[in-house]
Amino acid sequence: MVDPRFPKFDTLSVHAGHHPDSDYGARAIPIYQTTSYVFRDVEHAAGLFNLERQGHIYSRISNPTVAALEERLAALEGGVGAIATASGMSAMFLGIATLMGAGGHIVSSSSIYGGSNNLLATTLPRFGIETTFVHPRDTDGFRSAIRPETRLVFGETLGNPGLEIMDVTAVAEIAHAAGVPFMLDNTFATPYLFRPFEWGVDLIYHSITKFIGGHGVAIGGALVDGGTFDWEASGRFPTLTEPYPSYHGLKFTEEFGTQAFIIRARVEGLRDFGAPLAPQNAFYILQGTETLSIRMQRHIENTRKVVEFLDGRDEVAWISYPELPSHPDHDRAAQLMPAGCGAILAFGIRGGREAGRRFIERLRVFSHLANVGDAKSLVIHPASTTHSTMDAEQLARAGVGEDLVRLSIGLEDPSDLIGDLSAGLRASRR
Amino acid sequence: MKLAVDGAVVSATTGGRLPDPGQPLILFLHGAALDKTVWQLQTRYFSHHGYSVMAVDLPGHGRSEGTPLPSVEAYAGWVASLLESAGYASAHLVGHSMGGLIALETASRHAGLVSTLTMAGPAAAIPVHPALLSAAEAGDHIAYELMASWGHGRRSHLGGHQTPGIWMMGSTIRLWERAAPGVLAADLYACNAYGRGPDAAAAVRCPSLLISGSLDIMTPRRAAAPLRGNLAEVREAVIEGAGHIMIVEQPDPVIDALAAFLADCSSS
Repeated sequence: MVDPRFPKFDTLSVHAGHHPDSDYGARAIPIYQTTSYVFRDVEHAAGLFNLERQGHIYSRISNPTVAALEERLAALEGGVGAIATASGMSAMFLGIATLMGAGGHIVSSSSIYGGSNNLLATTLPRFGIETTFVHPRDTDGFRSAIRPETRLVFGETLGNPGLEIMDVTAVAEIAHAAGVPFMLDNTFATPYLFRPFEWGVDLIYHSITKFIGGHGVAIGGALVDGGTFDWEASGRFPTLTEPYPSYHGLKFTEEFGTQAFIIRARVEGLRDFGAPLAPQNAFYILQGTETLSIRMQRHIENTRKVVEFLDGRDEVAWISYPELPSHPDHDRAAQLMPAGCGAILAFGIRGGREAGRRFIERLRVFSHLANVGDAKSLVIHPASTTHSTMDAEQLARAGVGEDLVRLSIGLEDPSDLIGDLSAGLRASRR
Repeated sequence: MKLAVDGAVVSATTGGRLPDPGQPLILFLHGAALDKTVWQLQTRYFSHHGYSVMAVDLPGHGRSEGTPLPSVEAYAGWVASLLESAGYASAHLVGHSMGGLIALETASRHAGLVSTLTMAGPAAAIPVHPALLSAAEAGDHIAYELMASWGHGRRSHLGGHQTPGIWMMGSTIRLWERAAPGVLAADLYACNAYGRGPDAAAAVRCPSLLISGSLDIMTPRRAAAPLRGNLAEVREAVIEGAGHIMIVEQPDPVIDALAAFLADCSSS
């Protein structure tokens, strides 16, 4: 049998979305630090504005440096297209706003990033969009929560901070049976560890601030369209299937087919809501994509060593990491993410909040801050920081106890990480 | 828009403007197991530049009812019925790959219906690799991957698409995945069996345009030599750096070549 010849993942990580600069032959992707682009002539300008020609008009809507990153992310995830945004939160909002307006309803996993929870539980209701939260392991709960006005089912590949792993395929089937797309936050896994479109997911969003950038110097987000969802068959998405007055009656599904969602998200969402990724930040994050595979391998190796260390310590009440046989989703993790379950883990420290404070304040290699997915190892106490706006019920629903400490394992020498953690755990007992 | 042909619903896009009976019609025909949306930029351009436009889903493709027709010749008869149903006495036919063969055959059989003929990815015949045929017949996903690998020029394998953020390799594969089971195999068999290219070209009376991709390995330029020799009035355009799916890979040069051709034909 002949084989198709495609560039593989690591090649796409380095090259997708870019050819050497035609003017000067620059091998690296130039930073197109420009707001706008000279039209060839009046006819060309009119064609760009009417979606007859494609190209760049204004960097709020698209930019060559950003577009290279967008193509690269779409290639790595196996989608039809992507939009890079100013942050992961703006990517999430862009996805939601493209699908629904007031009266819309979302069914979401309850174990999600605190910022995502804020948007869904607190902010969007003010705009008439309600969310029903379901525990990520309650697969049937997703079915029963879907209403006629539901427009999206949402979850995270690895729950935050509990690292729950949903039954992705089953939830996708439930969503699709109801005519609703399934969007997954794939930030913690990255496409190197998990490619959601291959498991029935329709839309992906990322905080590319995290592992995809990998260096903690630039905030960014991305919305990726799998091109798999049948918007016309669903009948729930007039924004994509009915004439759009802003482009003289354009029907996105009729003209753009599998790209309908991502085209609308750009030409309406970025045009009207803004929040594009800056080209300088796109450049930084592109440097990260080039080493994604080898960084993720090292992240995983270090994480496994840290987990093994913590597993034998008396100060540690429990550890949540899906590769451990004790994790409730261990089997699913092995099925979905055979290369590894990421570099984030949570554990319970004996002695509660006060022991946690002593532990964190003793650490010297780990940095205490609100981020994950950096080359540097990070630590945080979610109940008092990232998830602090949740009430007791929400914290319990999200599995965030006062003893929970979250680690993001970086690329340092693992013996230094273990030494640092050892000192911190000793301090927690005093 | 929807229209009925031979009792079955046909889905078409009109480029954002409804056809104007007072304007000449351009009818776009897609390739094997694809659909009308491969013409997304060409349809929008020409519908806003003095033409009525229809890009149709062939029977059993995209949103059109029915099943794929068994031969290029059968599709040519269907195109004639389509034009009659739509109320057009003639049209400029533009076909990509298998759609190009259909346009060619239609122009040879129904000369009065065809004002001009444009074949993108032209060839007098499109023999299909046995491995691809058997994979398509088995419904093996590798058939789509082979089509994507061979169909896009090597440059396009790394992207750099004109539409910001669009990953064309993924987009094309997703289109093929949407095709109903058996559609790709039916279309490839229809291509493989078509042997009338040189004779059909000799029967064409209207002006013709052949648009090739310089990196096309599925229908390389030499595959169109018998057409060039037999078509009565032919011109060529080569899209540098594009492969067989040049209408998607580089839509602007395709638009420019077609616009210049149609303008010249209308003024002569």
